[in-house]
Amino acid sequence: MNPSSDTAPKKTGLSTTGISIMPSMDTSISTGAAQNTDPLAAYEKPGYKLQSFVSHFIRTEAGDIPVIKTRPGKDDLFSSFYVRCGINRHRYAVAPGLYAVGSPDKTSEVLVTANFKLTFDHLRKELEKINAWILVLDTKGVNVWCAASKGTFATRELVARIKAVSLEKIVDHKQLIVPQLGATGVSAKEVKKLSGFRVIFGPIRAKDIPAFLNNDKKADKHMRQVTFTLYERFIITPVEVQIVLKPALIAALILFVLSGIGPEIFSFSNAWQRGLLCVSAMVSGIVSGAVITPVLLPFVPGRAFALKGMITGSIVALIILILSSAAASGASGFAALFLFSVSISSYLAMNFTGTTPFTSPSGVEKEMKQYIPVQLGALVLAAGLWMYSAF
Amino acid sequence: MEDLRYLDDVSTLVLDQEKCIGCTLCTQVCPQSVFEMQGNKSQIVDFNACMECGACVNNCPTQAIRVSPGVG
Repeated sequence: MNPSSDTAPKKTGLSTTGISIMPSMDTSISTGAAQNTDPLAAYEKPGYKLQSFVSHFIRTEAGDIPVIKTRPGKDDLFSSFYVRCGINRHRYAVAPGLYAVGSPDKTSEVLVTANFKLTFDHLRKELEKINAWILVLDTKGVNVWCAASKGTFATRELVARIKAVSLEKIVDHKQLIVPQLGATGVSAKEVKKLSGFRVIFGPIRAKDIPAFLNNDKKADKHMRQVTFTLYERFIITPVEVQIVLKPALIAALILFVLSGIGPEIFSFSNAWQRGLLCVSAMVSGIVSGAVITPVLLPFVPGRAFALKGMITGSIVALIILILSSAAASGASGFAALFLFSVSISSYLAMNFTGTTPFTSPSGVEKEMKQYIPVQLGALVLAAGLWMYSAF
Repeated sequence: MEDLRYLDDVSTLVLDQEKCIGCTLCTQVCPQSVFEMQGNKSQIVDFNACMECGACVNNCPTQAIRVSPGVG
């Protein structure tokens, strides 16, 4: 499926994985085949597969709209697990367009969201017993906040999507509920000017939507503040690790080769034994920088992430190096492994600033200017000491 | 975000209270509760919590707020 920027009304609720249908093809639903007792059978079309989250369709002036289930199925749970592990993370999307939950009518609220499947699943599971329309924007499978700062969850796409689904035929009010974190990309004033619809910024978290709707669409202060709880920090670490896996494997190969260099020019037994020590120093740096520091973030001293990574990295490196009896490679060898591990931890912790919901670009820039020279210096020193320790 | 604070004195956030018309949108869209209404004007109450996301700038109807981070 090609997520091009055209906003032609696509059929939502149907997946077109790997199949291209001629644009001239008539996609209207044949009612003649309604002999079947399964109400969804009428929606079967060659080349398309009905999404498992669609329960049925409702007829509106603007066509048939898929009504989605509010309870995630087995498929959804499995795929959520995969995507949390970083598997197929980049094409995990639902078709943009209009969906429904419950049995909405012309007075029902319109909730706007992104087409990242994890976002979509998150939203629908909170909408049990709610009748509403869900307008899914084409954010290329990215969540609301990131898409808002990248310009896909934005005024232009929202206005185009309102027109594409003929929202004025669906509801007779002029109001949309946009998640607060979409405000970076969506300007309420511009949307009003361009589409006539008034944007109300709803709560950050989908779970607060029922309370928000019951409270006359007013959000409490806690609904408006982002959090970064232990669970939230923990659940994103698999992706942090997955991102460094490939460079780490390449680095491991290089480390084995470098470790073989010594007085005998090249020794395979050295390459293996000393290489293993290097790799364990690297792995402890990765675990410290990409898992332990993020999870323990508020408890590690310091403000700069690079510093936090150094502190955690030093403790982890000492423990691992002592356990792996790295002291056998002498003081310079030990120092090399320690510096190597700590600099990796510091770098990866600094990298984590891009994942957190509270770091400012100006702060990250300041931190990078300050700590990248330190990290690089430590790395070069570590390499020098490691070579020296072989002789 | 009270338990997690990033570097102080780095944000490029500027609020021109002269231009503020008291619409309260910035207090609604800011995910870090940087703004609070004081009478009919918005005021920065937690400058160091600003993460320069630009939600306030994008929604201020009178361009009273500015944020100008570098490349980020």
